Order: sequence, then C-alpha cells, then structure tokens
Amino acid sequence: MFKHFISLQWKSFSRSASFKTNIWIKILMIFGALYMLGMFLLMGIGVYFGIERAGLGDPLIIVNRFMLYYWVVDLLFRYAMQKMPITNIKPLLYLPFNKSEIVHFSLGKTIVSFFNWGAAFFFIPFSIVLLVEGYNSVGVIGWYLGIMAIRYSNNFINVLANNKDIVFYPFVTVMAILGACQYYNVFDITLYTAPFFESLYHTPWIAILPWAVLVGLYFTAYSYFKKHMYLDAGLSVKQSEAKTEDLSWLNRFGNLGTFLKNDLRLIKRNKRSKTSVIMSFFFIFYGLLFFTGAVEMYDGPVWKIFAGIFVTGGFLFSFGQFVPSWDSAYYPLMMSQNIQYKDYLRSKWYLIVIATTISTILGSAYLYFGWDAYLAVIVGGIFNIGVNSYVVLWGGAYIKTPIDLTSNKKAFGDKQSFNAKTLLLTLPKIVLPLFLYGVGHYLINPTAGYIFVALAGVLGLAFRNFAFRKIEKIYKREKYKTLAAYKQKA
Amino acid sequence: MIKVNNLTKAYGTATVLNIGGLEIPRGQSFGLVGNNGAGKTTFFSLLLDLIQPTTGEIINNEVQVNTSEAWKPFTAAFIDETFLIGYLTPEEYFYFIGELRGQNKADVDRMLAAFEDFFHGEILGQKKYLRDLSKGNQKKAGIIAAFIGNPEVIILDEPFANLDPTTQIRLKQIIKDLVKTNNVTVLVSSHDLTHVTEVCERIVVLNKGEVVKDIQTSKETLKELEAFFAS
Repeated sequence: MFKHFISLQWKSFSRSASFKTNIWIKILMIFGALYMLGMFLLMGIGVYFGIERAGLGDPLIIVNRFMLYYWVVDLLFRYAMQKMPITNIKPLLYLPFNKSEIVHFSLGKTIVSFFNWGAAFFFIPFSIVLLVEGYNSVGVIGWYLGIMAIRYSNNFINVLANNKDIVFYPFVTVMAILGACQYYNVFDITLYTAPFFESLYHTPWIAILPWAVLVGLYFTAYSYFKKHMYLDAGLSVKQSEAKTEDLSWLNRFGNLGTFLKNDLRLIKRNKRSKTSVIMSFFFIFYGLLFFTGAVEMYDGPVWKIFAGIFVTGGFLFSFGQFVPSWDSAYYPLMMSQNIQYKDYLRSKWYLIVIATTISTILGSAYLYFGWDAYLAVIVGGIFNIGVNSYVVLWGGAYIKTPIDLTSNKKAFGDKQSFNAKTLLLTLPKIVLPLFLYGVGHYLINPTAGYIFVALAGVLGLAFRNFAFRKIEKIYKREKYKTLAAYKQKA
Repeated sequence: MIKVNNLTKAYGTATVLNIGGLEIPRGQSFGLVGNNGAGKTTFFSLLLDLIQPTTGEIINNEVQVNTSEAWKPFTAAFIDETFLIGYLTPEEYFYFIGELRGQNKADVDRMLAAFEDFFHGEILGQKKYLRDLSKGNQKKAGIIAAFIGNPEVIILDEPFANLDPTTQIRLKQIIKDLVKTNNVTVLVSSHDLTHVTEVCERIVVLNKGEVVKDIQTSKETLKELEAFFAS
C-alpha cells in the first residue's frame, strides 16, 4: 500500500506546475539549490576554523552554547514556512486504506522535507571536521545523533503546534527576551542549556534521551492526527471572518474609485498580495547599501540613481510588475463587465503612482546622507512615475501566469519574472535612467545628470495619453491569450 | 437582438463550433442544450468576446462583439466562478458590479431586496467572503449579480446546476418574469431538459458544434428532446 502512496507523492512532485517550466529555468533552479548546499557545506567546515582562529575557545563548546538559539530559529522558520502534511489527504480518506497508514505516511512525508535534511549539510561536515581534529569519535557520533533527534523533534513540534499562535508567540517572545538578556549580560540562559549539549559529547548514551522524546512526539502527533482526521476537524481550512470596510470616500474619484476600492481590498485580504506590499516597503531601506558606502561596488556615481529607482520603486517592482495577474482569478469577469480597458489600466497606474509618491516621501529620510542622496531619490521617484509606471504595465500585458492569491508560495521570485519579454523590459526600467544620468554626469556635470533623468520622467507624464493608447492596444491584442492562460490554474 | 453569421471556432483541425446563421429576437428566452463538448460554453464565450471566432461574427444589438466593446453596457453574464471576486463579501461584490453599471448603493439595495427569497438568508450579512461560501451560494450570488443594472441581454451558463430544488424553482420564475416584464433577452444553457423546456420559449440543440434542432417550445418539446438524446 505504501507503494501507492509513494507513487502518488512522486507524481504530485514531478507534475507540479512549478516543474513544468522550461529547461533553462530548471537549470537555474538546480544551480541555485547547489549553491545553497555548497554554502552550507562551507559553513560547516568554516565554522570550526573560524571560531578557532578568532580565539573564542573550543569550537564545539561555542557551537553548543548557541545551539539553543539555533533550535528556536529552526522552530521559527518551520512555523512560518513548513507546510502541514495533511494537504491532499482528502481523496484518500474514503478509499480502502487504513487510517493509521495514511497518518503514518503523511507524517513520514515530513521527514524528507528540506527543513530536515538541509541542515545536515552543515552538521555532517562540522562533525567530520571534529573527527579529523581528533575529538573522541564515539562522543562526536553521540553528539550528532542527539542533535539530529532534536532537529526532527522540531519537525513534530511544529506539526503539533501548527496554527496555535497563542502558544507560539509567547514562546518566541520569551526566547527573544532571553536572547536580549544574554546580549546585555543580564542573564545567560545558555549557561544552563549548554551543559546538556555538552553531555551529548561526553556521555554519548545520553543521546537516547532526545531520541525517546522524538519517538514520543511522533506518536503524540500520530494519535492527534488520527483522532482529527475528519473534514470538519483537522482537515478543515480555516476561514477568516469577513470584515467589510467603508471605502466610500473613494467614490469621489468616480470610475477610478471603484477600481481603487477593489485593489485596496485585494491587497488587504489576500496573503500573496499582502506579502508583496510588505516586501515593497523594505525596498526603501535598500538605499542604505549605497549611501552608507557599505558595498564598495556601489560607490560609482551612476549607482546613486540605481538606488533612487529602487528606494521609490518598491511597490512598482513587487506589485506593479504582476498587473494584471492579480486579477487572474476573475479575469473573464473583468473582460465581460462594463469596463473599458482604459479605465482598468488607469486605475492600476494611479495605484502605482500613489504608492511611488508615498515611497518618495518616506525616502526623504535620505536627506540625512546629504542633498545628493536626496536628489537621487527624488529623481528616481519622478522617473518611476513618468516612465517606469508605463513600462511595468506594458510588460504586464505579456505576463501570462495566473497568481493564486490565497497562497504565499512563489511570493519570493516567480518564474514569470524569467519571461523573456518581461526580462527585456527591465532594461528601460533600470538601465535607461543609469544611462541618462551617466551621459549628463560625464559629459556635463552631476546636476545635468539629474536633470536628464527627471526630464525623461516629466516627458513621460506629458505623453500620458499617448502611452495609454499604445498600452491599451497591446492589452487588447493579448487579451485572448491571457484569458486562455489564466484558465490553466497554476 | 443577437445575430450570428457563419460563426466557427476551430482549435487546430478540430472544429468545435460551426453555426451558419442564428437570430435571437429581443425579449426571447433562449435555451441551449447539448451533451458535454457540444459547444455551449464555447458559444457563450464567443458572445462575451472571451475567445476569438475563427470565422464569422456575432452581432449583439448592432454591435459586432469581437471588434467593439460597446456591447458591454447592456450585456451581463454569469458563466462560472471566474466571474466572482473571491475576496469580496457578496454585498461588496454587488456594489462593485453596480458601480460599473452606473447604479448607486441604494439602487443595488433596492434591487437585492426583491431577491431576498432567492437568497434564503444565506448570502447577505453573513460575514463571509465569496470564496468561503458553498458552491451553490456562490452561484446564487453570481446569478443575481448578472441582473444588476437592467441589462438587456443576460447569459447564464448552467444556472440550475448546483442549486437546491427551492432555488431552482425560484430561479425559473425570476427568469420568466424578467423576459415578460422587462423584455430582457435571456440565454440559458442546461443539461436539465425539464428546466429548459419550462423556462425557454425556444430551444436550440447543439451536437458536436452544430445546430441540429431549433424548436419553439410546446407541450411535446420535452418528449422530443428526450427522444433525441436517448437515441
């Protein structure tokens, strides 16, 4: 029977939409994964020698001291990211499988999750280095097995704690306070926890303890899930209570207000869009890398504009980039309702412009780094509003990947950003302003550079109607292809 | 009201729809029946310009559907759940559609009040987003939204499927009233022959993309249709 489960699992993995991309993206993904693993490996080896060279003492003792925090961070990551094993169980429930087998399988499935074996790429090389450096081999093996059990325990703690925010956040808060206490030398919790990790090395049989805990947790999770294996209990999807908010103050903008209201609700009520907008806020801090001189490569004068574009363009890049995919779930409605393409596009444009203006105002904080930095931000904002806002909408016409609003998957980096046409369209968004500034800066003076970039933005605004007509035409041409593509759910 | 000329839709070499000519006068209740793959949804999608015809055209009230957008103000439809905005509450969704069709909140409220029976207390004031409603209730919301703003043409794809018996009976009455009192042209597709014969004055049978029967509904129609689909 397990044979069936495993073949199902394999099919769901190999046939998932994210795998059906073209070969180049697959290769890129594989390289990305290899890179991450390589970094872990290097860290595993490097940590030992790093600590030794820094003269902090016995590397194993140091690692054991911070093991508590690793444990908490690992738990935190799992809580935020790891998916529950219960999805896709529904179609199996009524088939002649034993319930206990289904539960064993679903729990077993979590063991092969990246969260569990990923860290092994750090701990195995670290242990090997310990062995090579002449640590007691039985001790190292006991230590490794103990840590491994603790890591897997986290897996099942997370499974059990899932969605119990009341337990989870107080716990995290307590740990954060303890961490702060240690940092300010008030109270050092690790003095009490490190001896346990130490003992795993000195008396290896203690590793049995975490393994016993692991087995206990597994069976607790097992019995919990078995008892709750009903559609209205453990398998139910949480529904949030709907909150209506009065946005009628937007009515004064007429047709535009109708769409803006909708877009605001879209952003507020869906996981995916909320994440995007929160991400866009962090773009504002990107400029710090440039203006503080933190990254040497960014010290060239042209890079100031680069910073300005990104500081003010967070929303433009993270939200605007994916217009009209945000409306993919109900695109047929939008296309057959009493909506002119022009109005639809204009409302999205205003949304981008408003958000960019807000970012630009918030970006005034860069005044702290002098007028030069501030000017770069302002000019970047003007260029974003006057030129990039159109380019982003233009590129959107070629985006044919539907967005699943309710899921946060793929929020970080989507394959659609690799679409050749949209990739080509990033050129005018970033390279053009750099080029314009460069021309002014090197041929005349820095002020001329700023003026050139700002002028491009102002010109863009002046030709707004022309730009909209062109974009509208492209959207109309692409409409049927887009509709067909959105129909195939990701 | 609606004129179809030499309309075909082909995917590759497979022709999925081929209608030489069809005319639907204003104020007619028009029923479309046919087995799966007969081309019903394809025809409705063409009517709404959601797909492009391979040849021919549809004229909706003197507007050629695939070249002008001027049919949108007087045409409304509910095809499937892609016509719903999942993250809105039903009220917000109705007001949104209302605003697009030049109806203010009071207009929409007045119109919704008339459908209180139809909603059966399960749609309005539920503190639920559309995506969290049951399939049947989603459908109710979608169908009623298609009535907002006094459209002259209403297109409903399989409106009876997923509805409970009480709602089916009410919907039939609503459609009949719309045609009679407001002179609205209603296009309905269905797999349920009883419902269509009851609601529609005229029934067209599609088979493999072609019109094989075009009947003015009478007492014998149900028998005739049953005989056709049984063979």
